Amino acid sequence: MCVECGCGLPGPTRIDGRQASEVSSPLIEDPHAYSHEHDHGDGHVHTHEHAHDHDHALGHGHAHGHDHPHAHDHPHDHSLASGSREIAVHQSVFAANDRMAERNRGFFKALGLLTLNVVSSPGSGKTALLQKTIERLQPVTRVGVIVGDLETDNDARRLRTTGAPVVQISTGTLCHLDAEMIARAVGQLDVNALDMLIIENVGNLVCPAEFDLGEDLRVALLSVTEGEDKPLKYPPMFRHAHVVVITKTDLTPHVDFDRAAAVENIRRVNPNARIFEVSAKTGEGMADWCSYVASRKAPGAGA
Amino acid sequence: MHEVGIMQSVLEIAEAQARTSGALRIHEIKMRVGRMTGVVPEALDHAFAVLRERTMAAAARLDVELVPGAFWCMTCAAEFESDDLIGGCPTCHEPSFDMRRGRELDVVSLEVD
Repeated sequence: MCVECGCGLPGPTRIDGRQASEVSSPLIEDPHAYSHEHDHGDGHVHTHEHAHDHDHALGHGHAHGHDHPHAHDHPHDHSLASGSREIAVHQSVFAANDRMAERNRGFFKALGLLTLNVVSSPGSGKTALLQKTIERLQPVTRVGVIVGDLETDNDARRLRTTGAPVVQISTGTLCHLDAEMIARAVGQLDVNALDMLIIENVGNLVCPAEFDLGEDLRVALLSVTEGEDKPLKYPPMFRHAHVVVITKTDLTPHVDFDRAAAVENIRRVNPNARIFEVSAKTGEGMADWCSYVASRKAPGAGA
Repeated sequence: MHEVGIMQSVLEIAEAQARTSGALRIHEIKMRVGRMTGVVPEALDHAFAVLRERTMAAAARLDVELVPGAFWCMTCAAEFESDDLIGGCPTCHEPSFDMRRGRELDVVSLEVD
């Protein structure tokens, strides 16, 4: 378990209750699809089935009788005097996620699908904001939703009341969504029947900042109950957002929220972010926010 | 941060590279970690100690080079080092949003045999 956020090993991620690895998607090659037979001419036929993405830990050696040429970058060897040698690697840990995210982005772009990645702390009003946003957009915009949570499908059930198709990703112990989970979850949506995809990330202000999902717009929420200094305490999450939405503004009189300081703090971390102030409950500010999202979808506006 | 997940990726990268070069054991993994990633080196060490078991790196050392944050100041046309995302240029105090270093999270090299 990790020290800062309590997130565990990448665990058994489930999509709508099924093992993520069993869910098919146009963005994922089926690892079990590759199968072939050898005839050795002596009457024996045996079938190999092998996935190319599994690892054989050394010591469990079962040798494949054929070579797979490696197309990826070869390490250069520098012999060291001691008998051991150094291999240059120069590979980013995020490379695999970033590649998958770019692939998602290209896929969404080709479909003309505007994609939002909504991030915030737990309880800052993501689900309520999305529910009301979808209701307002729906008459003209067909919205699909992917919701990430450690457990339960409560948020997914709330969002389904809008009539929008919703896919639930249960991350088990992981504190964020990654690009591969999105690539798999997309397989559960009829993407050709959608104009917009909204991803509700796991409630967490630390880890989701590092994981590109392939979205067009990253939207960070700050509820007035969290206090105006949140952007200074968690700068990466606000820095990488295109849009910051201040939520639950109807509660402002009750919680000593300094609106001007909050806006200033957001500006210090991220001078370019668009800022909206909304109350999903009273509807205040919702029209501005929704027309902004709709305008990003407008023909020719790009995303 | 997600040091456990990161370390799992590091070990996957290291084992794949070691295997490709025909190595049997990994003696050392060298990483570069930017201070602006939010990764906690102690948590990384801890994750490494747990996850390296039953891998080719079971007896390996982890060598982490920390990279300080560096920003470009447009006003002074100069680079300055800072680990504070919202701190400004020490000369002109203007904030900079042009980060040049500090977000590295790389496997640099391995020592194997």
